[in-house]
Amino acid sequence: MNTIYYLIQNMLPVAISLLLVALGGMFSETGGIINIALEGIMLFGAYFAALFVYFVQDSGLNPQTILLLGMVVAAIAGLVYSLLLAFAAINMKADQVITGTSLNMMIPAAILLFSKMFFFSDGITTKINFYIRKVPILGDIPVIGNMFFQRTYLTVVIGFAILIIVTLVFYKTKFGLRLRACGEHPHAADSVGINVQRMRYAGTMISGVLGGIGGFFYSVGIMDGNVNGHTGVAGFGFLALAVMIFGQWRPGRILLGALFFAFLRTLAYSVSLIPFLYNLGINQTYYRMMPYLATMVVLAFTSKKSRAPKAEGIPYDKSSR
Amino acid sequence: MQDNNGIDKKNRFNFKSITKSGGFTSLSSALMAIFLGLVFGFFVMLFASPPNALAGLRYIIFGGFNRIGNVFYFATPILMTGLSVGFAFKMGLFNIGASGQYTMGLFFALYAGFMWDLPPGIHWFAAILAGMVGGMLWGIIPGLFKAFLNVNEVITSIMFNYIGMYLVDMMIQGSSIMYTADKTRTKYLPQSAQIPSLGIPNSNVNLGIIFAIIIGIFLYIVLEKTIFGYELKATGYNKHAAEYAGMKGKTNIILTMLIAGGLSGLGGAFFMLSPSGIVGSSMTYEPINIIAANGFTGIAVALLGSSHPIGTIFSAVFISHIQRGGTLASLVGYKPEIIDLVIAVIIYFSAFAMIMNTALGKIVESRLGEKEAKEIEINDDVKEAE
Repeated sequence: MNTIYYLIQNMLPVAISLLLVALGGMFSETGGIINIALEGIMLFGAYFAALFVYFVQDSGLNPQTILLLGMVVAAIAGLVYSLLLAFAAINMKADQVITGTSLNMMIPAAILLFSKMFFFSDGITTKINFYIRKVPILGDIPVIGNMFFQRTYLTVVIGFAILIIVTLVFYKTKFGLRLRACGEHPHAADSVGINVQRMRYAGTMISGVLGGIGGFFYSVGIMDGNVNGHTGVAGFGFLALAVMIFGQWRPGRILLGALFFAFLRTLAYSVSLIPFLYNLGINQTYYRMMPYLATMVVLAFTSKKSRAPKAEGIPYDKSSR
Repeated sequence: MQDNNGIDKKNRFNFKSITKSGGFTSLSSALMAIFLGLVFGFFVMLFASPPNALAGLRYIIFGGFNRIGNVFYFATPILMTGLSVGFAFKMGLFNIGASGQYTMGLFFALYAGFMWDLPPGIHWFAAILAGMVGGMLWGIIPGLFKAFLNVNEVITSIMFNYIGMYLVDMMIQGSSIMYTADKTRTKYLPQSAQIPSLGIPNSNVNLGIIFAIIIGIFLYIVLEKTIFGYELKATGYNKHAAEYAGMKGKTNIILTMLIAGGLSGLGGAFFMLSPSGIVGSSMTYEPINIIAANGFTGIAVALLGSSHPIGTIFSAVFISHIQRGGTLASLVGYKPEIIDLVIAVIIYFSAFAMIMNTALGKIVESRLGEKEAKEIEINDDVKEAE
């Protein structure tokens, strides 16, 4: 039973990071912009948030307050960075995949450059502990308390709150409906007076905000608040895209996908703690490959009947038909 | 009279025909992207450490000329990955998996170099071929997934970059013949497995670059002069039309990714099997779970060369040139990563440089065009009068 608690406690921060980034990808893609740059956006947000934490860590603020403020910093950073993608893809009608790739390449290089020049290391190391041993009252509830309110991070609760808000915005508001129209059939949307360019900008910017927060939560929940230019976010941006496809661009299923991948990853990194798996004597590297292999297996089964937004990746041109 | 008129029109200087020609637009947009990339790099350097910025820029632009041999040596792997990415681009596929294929090729070449016992003249060549096979193996996977399961090749390639990287690093670390644990690097390859050096002093340049250029020219011939190349490009322009015309889309996708993978694999082999500057030693590989950068640089190379094999040769040499310059820029306090940044910016701009370029062309054209239009009117008037 303790192993199960351990797995769940370690899985949730990972899942939340994936979930937020995948939701970001969903917003951008339902608007019609393929956001391969999520990896870069995550790292950009995480870096600026870590920089912020680095400078306020000695001020004696409550760690959880710093986490919230860092989240805001990460969101703003992600938003700014996503504007680069939006400008290239919407105004300049550039190839979205290529632009995204270049944005992904830019950030690790920039982080290494600046960290080496100003911090004499490959990234930023912070010393604040965001870890929560036990939430006061809720942590004492028998089973649920063990699973969700012990040895956790504030990020988990925030993540679920964001999921609820996002689902409401996506399905229950005028904005959500219009955004989806722009990814499905931009000309039809345009003909009823929706500004397609503005909606696509909005979609990409939301993905920037969520990507940035997701990146910061990755560094909090997995890297102990540190950011490193070499490892970056270890392909989480791309995994999130796979989660999004697995989730068929729907928030509920994206949550399922995120939990699934997070579970595999946590399992891979805690093999030595689970006697049964450890005794099998399989090289641990195989477990590390598991999330990526599982992605491929899942995609192989889900892609045939893919419900991708019809106009994704195609620059909107008023005069074409 | 009418015939005369035709000749007249042909002879007239036509600005449009120059700006609209493919070669011109790709060259000028590549130059524009490079220019913007360098300007950006300059500003970053200015921000990081103002007094040294000019010196740093000078190193980046001119530094490579002092190390011509190494420019060509480091151009070899990125030329191959560039050709790989460009070749897939022609088919409309984005081969972001060049890194994984490159790593796989590197491993196969390494394995052949250590484990096979062949006579000196054949050994290195066999190892190169082994590298190609490794790359092909990793390249065909995204092709199969795309053709039969409709999985986007970008996602597949990225996932297999990670899988390949973990797999290769694990297998190298697990072999005591290939790996020295205390140095965390691979051992030196036996002499017979090393590609013969070209003998330029102070550089590692070897026969690999000659092979790579020959392969580039060969690819150009395949693309321009064979039915397969034509089908490939036709599918890239319009998949449905090509299918309708009876071309086998699925087979071509798989074949393209197979070849692209082979090209990247060769890049890995050329990198790995090269002798290093110290006599008797060779290049080594450090398995530290990082995805090979040369694969991503290949994307930049291909884009700069607008996916044209011959253009790719030049852009590979150029990128390698500024990379060498970038390492020299550390003499004035900058880090070599500045070049990765510049390269990323170059890709960013080259993604829409074509559009900026045509916009620029249109402005010039509309000025000249007014004049031209008047002339045509006059000509027509003359014709009517006759």
